[in-house]
Amino acid sequence: MTDLTNLTVAAIRDGHRAGDFSAVEVAEAFNANVAGAKALNAFIVETPEHALAAAKQADADRSAGTLKPLSGVPIGMKDLFATNGVQTTAASHMLEGFVPRYESTVSQKLWDAGCGMLGKLNLDQFAMGSSNETSYFGNVISPWKRNDGGNAALAPGGSSGGSSSAIAARLCPAATGTDTGGSIRQPAAFVGISGIKPTYGRCSRWGIVAFASSLDQAGPMARDVRDCAIMLENMAGFDPKDATSLNMAVPNWEAALSSDLKGKRVGIPKEYRLEGIDPEIDAMWDAGIAMLKDAGAEVVEISLPHTKYALPTYYIIAPAEASSNLARYDGVRYGLRDLPDGAGLQDMYAATRADGFGPEVKRRIMIGTYVLSAGFYDAYYTQAQKVRTLIARDFEAAFGVCDVILAPTAPSAAFGLGEKMADPLAMYLNDVFAVPASLAGLPAMSVPAALNREGLPLGLQIIGKAFDEQGVLNAGLAIEERAGFNARAEKWW
Amino acid sequence: MVDENVTESTYRIKGETGEWEVVIGLEVHAQVTSNAKLFSGAATAFGAEPNTQVSLVDAAMPGMLPVPNRECIRQAVRTGMAIEAQINKWSRFDRKNYFYADLPQGYQISQLYHPLVGEGSLTIEEDEKAGIPEPKRIGIERIHVEQDAGKLMHDQHPTMSYVDLNRSGVALMEIVSRPDMRSPAEAGAYVRKLRSILRYVGSCDGNMEEGSMRADVNVSVRRPGDEFGTRTETKNVNSVRFVMAVIEGEAKRQVELIEGGGSVVQETRLYDPDRNETRSMRSKEDAHDYRYFPDPDLLPLELDDAFLAECRESLPELPDAKRARYLGEGISAYNADVLTAEVEAARWFDTLLEAGAKPVAAANWVTSELFGALNRLGRDISDSPVSPVQAAELLGLVADGTISGTIAKQVFEKMLETGDGAAAIVDREGLKQTSDTGAIEAEIAKVLAANEDKVAQYKGGKEALFGFFVGQTMKAMQGKANPQVVNELLKKALG
Repeated sequence: MTDLTNLTVAAIRDGHRAGDFSAVEVAEAFNANVAGAKALNAFIVETPEHALAAAKQADADRSAGTLKPLSGVPIGMKDLFATNGVQTTAASHMLEGFVPRYESTVSQKLWDAGCGMLGKLNLDQFAMGSSNETSYFGNVISPWKRNDGGNAALAPGGSSGGSSSAIAARLCPAATGTDTGGSIRQPAAFVGISGIKPTYGRCSRWGIVAFASSLDQAGPMARDVRDCAIMLENMAGFDPKDATSLNMAVPNWEAALSSDLKGKRVGIPKEYRLEGIDPEIDAMWDAGIAMLKDAGAEVVEISLPHTKYALPTYYIIAPAEASSNLARYDGVRYGLRDLPDGAGLQDMYAATRADGFGPEVKRRIMIGTYVLSAGFYDAYYTQAQKVRTLIARDFEAAFGVCDVILAPTAPSAAFGLGEKMADPLAMYLNDVFAVPASLAGLPAMSVPAALNREGLPLGLQIIGKAFDEQGVLNAGLAIEERAGFNARAEKWW
Repeated sequence: MVDENVTESTYRIKGETGEWEVVIGLEVHAQVTSNAKLFSGAATAFGAEPNTQVSLVDAAMPGMLPVPNRECIRQAVRTGMAIEAQINKWSRFDRKNYFYADLPQGYQISQLYHPLVGEGSLTIEEDEKAGIPEPKRIGIERIHVEQDAGKLMHDQHPTMSYVDLNRSGVALMEIVSRPDMRSPAEAGAYVRKLRSILRYVGSCDGNMEEGSMRADVNVSVRRPGDEFGTRTETKNVNSVRFVMAVIEGEAKRQVELIEGGGSVVQETRLYDPDRNETRSMRSKEDAHDYRYFPDPDLLPLELDDAFLAECRESLPELPDAKRARYLGEGISAYNADVLTAEVEAARWFDTLLEAGAKPVAAANWVTSELFGALNRLGRDISDSPVSPVQAAELLGLVADGTISGTIAKQVFEKMLETGDGAAAIVDREGLKQTSDTGAIEAEIAKVLAANEDKVAQYKGGKEALFGFFVGQTMKAMQGKANPQVVNELLKKALG
């Protein structure tokens, strides 16, 4: 049975459709893997019964000839998506025990497409973090180990670290992620899988616990590019309940996949060549350039002059929005309430929020509150918005001369758990390549490209024009076919 | 900042050291008439059981998002048009951040930087008695739309407060005046006029008791002609009378404070209607830092020309235009004011005119007979027992000489009692007035014979007695004689 868990989404879908196996067999195989992987701590809640129920339905639908696009495919759901009747925590103590009576638009679309849920995936608390170490429910551990003979536990990336770890360890064939400043792409790169953040507005934000509204965007994580296309098709779509949702038809991305890049121009941003970066990252990047040339693309150097301001800009805008978005967690209506004896309203707020939020969430709330406060607003927030506009213009200008942009996903391979927790700035630097596309709302994906000398995966990032997920997926496919990345973590858990 | 257009008011506070002028600006919060809230589909009916009109969005559940309600935006735009204001085709929502138990999101969605409606104005009518010698234009700086908060209930439990979120998320228009008012009477007239316009437009029911409309009252004092003084803001005043009382009391308090050697502190105050006084709520130093910033859940609001055209076309005739039309039809200024003040009365009156009633006679009849009767019955014009069409029939009978004005009063009473039509009553009760000269002459002869002394006085020059003879003759005819015929025949008989 274990080989079923090696199948991709497309293979499960097609094999089930062809009658090669039942959906129940698939669900049971993945449920077993989930149950046997507690050491990874990828799930906050396991829902084998949900996966099984959907599988039974899929098998019935197959008999009845009413198969849905993803019938028989069990997936993992990042615990930032509200799921009706299933605890939704954003990996926080604040929402521990919170069971919504509503279903996020994206998860509902996936259930409607026939998917089953294996469980709610761990993440950085309120999606704030790049290593999964800020989760209230303990950090997720990457299935990967360095080849140095040591046994250091590695970060699965973040914030969608439960998703990345679970897919890499074959606990689920695909999972949802969310990406505010790299939270799909960086964890995908760290564990050698693919993930795409679509254009801002493609996926409804309704029912996703908000971190930074103008940046948050859901997207799929899976083992390959085709699976990302399939998943995204079933997650995206206009939602009248989200005022920032794109009112555009969802293309048939899977059907239009093509790795033939003849006539396409690939931009290489010179500002992404960082001083002092690991030479292996640059080498992987150069290899990627060669692969795209081989696929028929023309390579051009481009300039994104405001790149160096992206990270500081991000760390003003995202915390500013977060400080306001997280104000609703006040102990009044749901979630944690800490009401000391004789406490008044202010005391309750203070106690509840002191107890309910972890240090990183508090840090960002404080930064955000500071940059929005009277006397500092113009110097920080207004200035950051202006720079954000300039960064978006950089991309517009660049897309005048190229169709997609190729860059590394992250400046390093996965680091060890605990290595960067003491230094928030070093941790933030992890998102240096990911953040610009987020600020500009552009589609961007990470595909695995190589192993470094420690035997750890490295990812390449493709950034596309707004609404051109197809161009991103196609370039990703061209790399996937040429990189031939098929390494996987040896099972130790 | 001194507005040259502002006409001088003579209202002064007489202090120990001389006279002081009051400067008033009002921020009126008007609840938008809409079946749904500003950013959620929840209902908005007043008086519902606590927490029964609350959507997931209103309760700020995790992951919930606001979506603007087009009807609320439309009503605010129409209101802006009614005060001849600049309508901003591009506006934006901002978050006003603060913690309170009645504010589930931890912020109120409002419009600080780019309001929907810009500069406009309204005109208050002259009112000599109230010290407003001529019509006065009051500037309106802006109207923005925002969410209301919920309500805390402190009387449900000995130690805890309960929260009712029914109002949470309801759409409000904040209508901000210029500091153009100079007396409590002007402020009262402004609120009444604004309320009237809102009710004409249909964008707010103007019901101050139910909290659909409330005012933040900004008051400062200065020596006439000086720069503005420091102002205080008294929050949530919910009647015209209280607005006027707040201004009067607050101006006096400020004058006494200044004359006593102190100075006015910029602060927020609360009005206590039971004690008719304001007290300090918080000073500028304790003011919240609201950390306004554009709401990232919402795109800027962009209005197209078709939408604006629809808003404009849907506007009814407004009080000023209606008043001018009535004056043009010969109706007195007083009656025109009375008839246009409330939209229901104006609509009733217009229907009466459409049914064929003559404007001047109809205006007199409505303001005296109808309003008198409604007052007596304790009913509003919207549930008047006599319809405009029925009233037109009655007035028509007077106009064509079928009945006299006196008989018309009797007929109206019967109409109120029975709900029957005027003509039917006149027929049934035989109230049709007569122009039968023979019958009238016979009664005149009797009257003159019975009052020989007065006839002599009249002929001696006491012409005022003519009215007496008319009255006696009409009485003898039981009111049914045509007064004009009576006049003519009497003149002939008295030579």
